Amino acid sequence: MPVATAFQTIGPYWHLIEHPEWADLTRFGASGEHLVLTGRIRDGDGAPVGDGAVELWQASPAASDVFPGWGRAATDAEGRFRFTTIRPGPLPGAGNAQQAPHVALSLFARGILTRLVTRVYFAGDPLNETDPLLSLIEEPARRATLIAHAAGDDAWHIDIRLQGEGETVFLDF
Amino acid sequence: MSDSFESAATFPPFAPGTQPDNDWAAYGSTHRRHPQQPALRIPQTVTETTGPRFTSAQLPAIIDLATEGGREAMGERIIVRGRVTDEAGAPVPHAMIEIWQANAAGRYNHARDQHDAPLDPNFKGEGRVFSDAEGWYQFTTVKPGAYPWRNHFNAWRPNHIHFSLFGAGFASRLITQMYFPGDPLLALDPIFRSVPDEAARQRLVAQFDIEITKPEWALGYRFDFVLRGRARTFFEE
Repeated sequence: MPVATAFQTIGPYWHLIEHPEWADLTRFGASGEHLVLTGRIRDGDGAPVGDGAVELWQASPAASDVFPGWGRAATDAEGRFRFTTIRPGPLPGAGNAQQAPHVALSLFARGILTRLVTRVYFAGDPLNETDPLLSLIEEPARRATLIAHAAGDDAWHIDIRLQGEGETVFLDF
Repeated sequence: MSDSFESAATFPPFAPGTQPDNDWAAYGSTHRRHPQQPALRIPQTVTETTGPRFTSAQLPAIIDLATEGGREAMGERIIVRGRVTDEAGAPVPHAMIEIWQANAAGRYNHARDQHDAPLDPNFKGEGRVFSDAEGWYQFTTVKPGAYPWRNHFNAWRPNHIHFSLFGAGFASRLITQMYFPGDPLLALDPIFRSVPDEAARQRLVAQFDIEITKPEWALGYRFDFVLRGRARTFFEE
C-alpha cells in the first residue's frame, strides 16, 4: 500500500504563495452572519510567531460557489492574524451527538515540521457544554485554549500558544 | 440511511515513523515552536473528513515558472511531472498544488531573504497546478539553487521545491518539499533528516526521468505525491 508523503516545514518564504484576500471568506458575496476572527500566535518564550501561515476551514455553513469555507492568513510581526468569515452553525458528531459551532485551524511556520491543528469555539455558546471534543479535555484551563472571546460586535479573538504556559490544545486525528 | 455527513469515510492514521516529529532538536527553529503536551486524539468528524475545493476557474493555473512576461528566467530549465494518489493507490483528481521556490542562484523573491545572491527579474517563484482526472500534474521551472541558512555553522539547504496540496478532506492537507537526486547536502540537512523512516525520507527525492526530459529543451524529473486517503471504505448497515 502506498504511504502518505512526509510533511516538511513551510519555511520562512511561503509568502511567495500568499494572497491576502484569501483571509476574507466573504469576498464572493456569501450571505449570513459575518464574523471577524483575530488571533495571536506566540512561541514557548512568549515571542510572537511573525512568519506563520494560518489556514481556517469550516464545514458549516457548507462550502459553495460564494463561500469557500477555507481561507489563509499570514501572521504579522506581532504574531497576529485576521479572518473574515460567516458564523458557523452546529454540526453533527458521532452517533447522535451535536458539535458546537467551531472552525478548524492549521498552523504552519518555520520551525513547524508537521502542521499543527487546533479548533476555535465561541465563548458563551450553550452547545460548548456538551461538545464531544471539548468534553475530552478534563482541565478547564486547557479547554479554554480552544475558546475565542468576544472582541467587539461580531468580532472574536483567540490566543494561541505553541509551547509552555497556556499551551494550546493541538489535535491528532 | 444516514445523512451525508456521517457517511463520509474516515482517514486512516499515518504509518508510524513516516512523518517528522515537531520536537526535532537538530532544527533550531523547532526549539520554542513545538508543543510539549501530547496532541489530543479526536474522532474524525465532518470537519476533518471534508475539505475545500479549488478549481482553475477560480484560481488560474501557473504552469510555467521559467518565464515572466515572456522573458526567460536564468538557470537550468526543468520539467517536474508526477501523479497524486491516495493511500489506496487511487488517483486524486483536480487536487490543487501550490509551488514555490528559490531562483537558480538560491535566492527567494522575498524581502526577508538577504542571501548575497542575485535576484532574477524574470523569476518570481510561484506556481499553481491542478492534477487531471487521472491524478497527473506537470509544470516547468528552473532548478532552484542551494542556499545558506543559520541553523548551524556552514549550514546549506539542499536544492528543493516547496509544495502545498489539498486532497479530499481537511485530513489530507500536505505541505512538503521535493529534493533532487544525488545532492550531497541531503545527508547534512536537518529538515530532510527529520523524517525518521528511511524509505519515507527517500520518497521526498525526485527521480531523473528521460521520458519526461524534452529533447533540446529541459531535463525531466518525476515526483509523486501520496495524500492521506480513504484506504478503507465503511459501509452502512
